[in-house]
Amino acid sequence: MTDFRAAASAAAERIAACEAKGTHAFLAWSGEIMLEQARALEAARADGPLAGEVVAVKDVIADRWFPTTCGSRILEGYRSPFEATAVRRLREAGALVAGKTNCDEFAMGSSTEYSAYGPTLNPVDPARVPGGSSGGSAAAVASGAVDMALGTETGGSVRQPAAFCGIVGIKPTYGRVSRYGLVAFGSSLDQIGAFGKDVRSAARLLAAISGRDDRDSTTLDRVPLSEPGPAPTSLAGTVIGVPREYLPEGLHAGVRAACDRVLKKLKELGAEIRDVSLPHTKYAIPTYYIVAPAEASSNLARYDGVRYGQREDGGLADVRAMYRKTRGAGFGTEVRRRIVLGTYVLSAGYYEAYYGRAQRARERIRGDYAKVFAGGVHALFTPTAPTPAFRLGENLADPLQMYLSDIFVCTANLAWVPALSLPIGRDQGLPLGGQLIGAMEGESTIVRIAQALEAAIDKTAEVR
Amino acid sequence: MAWETVVGLEVHVQLLTRSKMFCGCSAAYGDPPNTNVCPVCLGLPGALPVPNERAVRLAVRAAFALGCAVHPRSIFARKNYFYPDLPKGYQISQFEEPLATGGRLEVVSPERGPFTVGIKRLHVEEDSGKSFHDRVPGMTAVDFNRSGVPLIEIVSEPDLRSPAEARAYLTALKQVLRWIEVSDCNMEEGSLRVDANLSVRRSGEPLGTRTEVKNVNSFSNVERALAFEQGRQIALIEDGGAVEQRTMTFDAATGDVRPTRSKEESHDYRYFPEPDLPPLVLAPQWLNDARAELTELPAARTARFIRSYELPEYDAGVLTGSRAIADYYEAVVAAGVPAKEAANWVMNDVLGLSEDGETLPLSAAKTAEVISLVQAGRVSRQAGKRVLAELAQAPERAALEVAQELGLIQVQDAGQIESWVAETLAAHPAEVERYRRGEVKLMGFLVGQVMKRSKGKADPKAVGAALEAALTS
Repeated sequence: MTDFRAAASAAAERIAACEAKGTHAFLAWSGEIMLEQARALEAARADGPLAGEVVAVKDVIADRWFPTTCGSRILEGYRSPFEATAVRRLREAGALVAGKTNCDEFAMGSSTEYSAYGPTLNPVDPARVPGGSSGGSAAAVASGAVDMALGTETGGSVRQPAAFCGIVGIKPTYGRVSRYGLVAFGSSLDQIGAFGKDVRSAARLLAAISGRDDRDSTTLDRVPLSEPGPAPTSLAGTVIGVPREYLPEGLHAGVRAACDRVLKKLKELGAEIRDVSLPHTKYAIPTYYIVAPAEASSNLARYDGVRYGQREDGGLADVRAMYRKTRGAGFGTEVRRRIVLGTYVLSAGYYEAYYGRAQRARERIRGDYAKVFAGGVHALFTPTAPTPAFRLGENLADPLQMYLSDIFVCTANLAWVPALSLPIGRDQGLPLGGQLIGAMEGESTIVRIAQALEAAIDKTAEVR
Repeated sequence: MAWETVVGLEVHVQLLTRSKMFCGCSAAYGDPPNTNVCPVCLGLPGALPVPNERAVRLAVRAAFALGCAVHPRSIFARKNYFYPDLPKGYQISQFEEPLATGGRLEVVSPERGPFTVGIKRLHVEEDSGKSFHDRVPGMTAVDFNRSGVPLIEIVSEPDLRSPAEARAYLTALKQVLRWIEVSDCNMEEGSLRVDANLSVRRSGEPLGTRTEVKNVNSFSNVERALAFEQGRQIALIEDGGAVEQRTMTFDAATGDVRPTRSKEESHDYRYFPEPDLPPLVLAPQWLNDARAELTELPAARTARFIRSYELPEYDAGVLTGSRAIADYYEAVVAAGVPAKEAANWVMNDVLGLSEDGETLPLSAAKTAEVISLVQAGRVSRQAGKRVLAELAQAPERAALEVAQELGLIQVQDAGQIESWVAETLAAHPAEVERYRRGEVKLMGFLVGQVMKRSKGKADPKAVGAALEAALTS
């Protein structure tokens, strides 16, 4: 029988230690609530696949036990009356929820600096960002506070912080995990993903939350993923494509060196490395920055101060004044920027030029992947991010530079394919991530390859 | 040159489902405010819509009844606008690829007789909540019970040529939708709402600029509002002005149509495909089943009544006013009553007893019983009417029993009638003499005297026969 209370107490101590260092991985956590959950699990004699595991949950995922603020002032103190399907499944699997982790406001950002509640520091180097938007969850795992955490992705928000913090992050196939209870940002891109200290724990967490949900019409009609097997010692017969667009001239030298080392290891493991092309990759960032803000402008319309969350009454002059004041005061700069951008691209007269074209570009990007995988490639390998973690404040003045940190990750969201990031070495002490992208529903394939690779390389070794 | 008016109608109809369009909450009307709500229809963060198959089924049935092409694949879209009773800040509707297009409805115009109105499109959407500006002083109160109730929007082609035709179209549309049990079309409860587009032009010219008239709460007010707006536009143009494309609101108290505040109409709804819902894909078998559920529609049934029962067009129209009336009529006929006789009774007597002109006050079997008493001469036509009224109050009783209790049974006993006749002839020798000399019109007087002697209880037919026999012997 799992000792749930011991697990809760030990986790509480580790989280307290992590937060005492000023990491600010959590927006809310509670040893008391963990103990309460532990007692409930004990009484139920829970023995699910995650029995006794302590999991941190990104604050854009609804849970009844903690507030759900999405890192935004506009939802300060908001408590959801229901829990997300993913969180319910965690508890059904016997896990304890430690608390809610920091993130960029409504998951819009790549550094967690856009949280209304202050940034999260990278546990590897506190002068650096943990990445984002799921930076709090990544830092919670990287600091050792928890072994697993839920993050969410709209354009790489699990994989990029996993790379920056030196841990594993998986984004599943769109529809693999229910979005019910995930506060929407870009609904056609959003997926809940899993962080783990290693490939196995991330894959176990993903398996526990996966599977069809009647509350989310976009979930795949599939049984849940199974738990990962043992790490294979050979990758003979596995074909790994390396899309040339992802290793461009002028790529960061440390990132390149780490990728070269991985490709060498993959060959040693018996995999066939194949040069491939995803020719529409250059459209990914512009496409992403039309589709995601368009959907966001609509998804965030509900925060109007009428029913819940913060309200600035505007002197009750009229309802429009109340909307303007509430939304002006409640949303941060980046969220406002994306709402304006999204509203613009959906406007009459601009729809076809922006949203319509972006949808067609997205089809092309999806087509690139379909073609490569139909050609016998089992997975693609690329760097996760173009650089190691940048310094706090370094990209705040330049939104475009910030957007470009997602250049290698956002295509998987546009194309709905699964992808993961695993640590592949360090450059001047900073972790570097390598990305494996799978075909639609190909999670188990990329997990298997990642397990083999993880066993074969020293993930903390300097790469040059 | 004569003016021509062009009208097209957008009709929103609530579907008769138990639950809402995208969640399991009750769609009932009139419950205490904000009691039928959940995270989905309140638009709480993280909630997602799940389509109600029953609602789609009813929408498809309506589309088939209106002769539309039902598309096996259609797309939900978001219509974005801010309003306090719209909890998500968008309404889930359909835009570019609607459920159904290209239908028609047969309408009888008061001005030009039967004609066909084209149906441009029919799509599914969710209702908003309801704002109350008069419940709390200085504030607006919002009830979300209606939020997410399933609707269909039916958009007509601009085929209507007068306010009266617009009303005739609405009447025909309501008849069909109620007939197929898709909606109760109750305007007072808001389950049918009309937005009307109207423009005027001189005959032969291209379409004029249209205005949209909203906030009209009855069919007669639609006609009033459109008549007002038609007059306003014609007067405006004749004065050298031009019609401005805008939204107008109808004031039922004054009968005026006035522009809404300009702010409310500058909407850019920023439609885009709803990413929370996959395309609505309807399997061929499912569509066939939905089509098979359609019963004979009003127009077809009217035609059949004319053909099979040899009813006048007017009678057939009244008797197919609703499916319940048509079924009732056919049940009376099936019980053995001749078709025209049954039509007279149902139209004049049964519907005459109905409080609202459509609720049927007693069963078709009882009505048939009463008619057969009359036809057998047991009670008079007038007495039959009384029995019918009595049965409407006490539907469990037998017609004969009621007639007996009221003393309405006519005496047919030949011996009794012959003795009344003999007494009458004895009492009026002068009239008998005149009759025998050829003054046959005195028969009426003599029948009346016999009836009087019987205190009205004798069967007048039997009396006539007995008199005739006595006088010619």
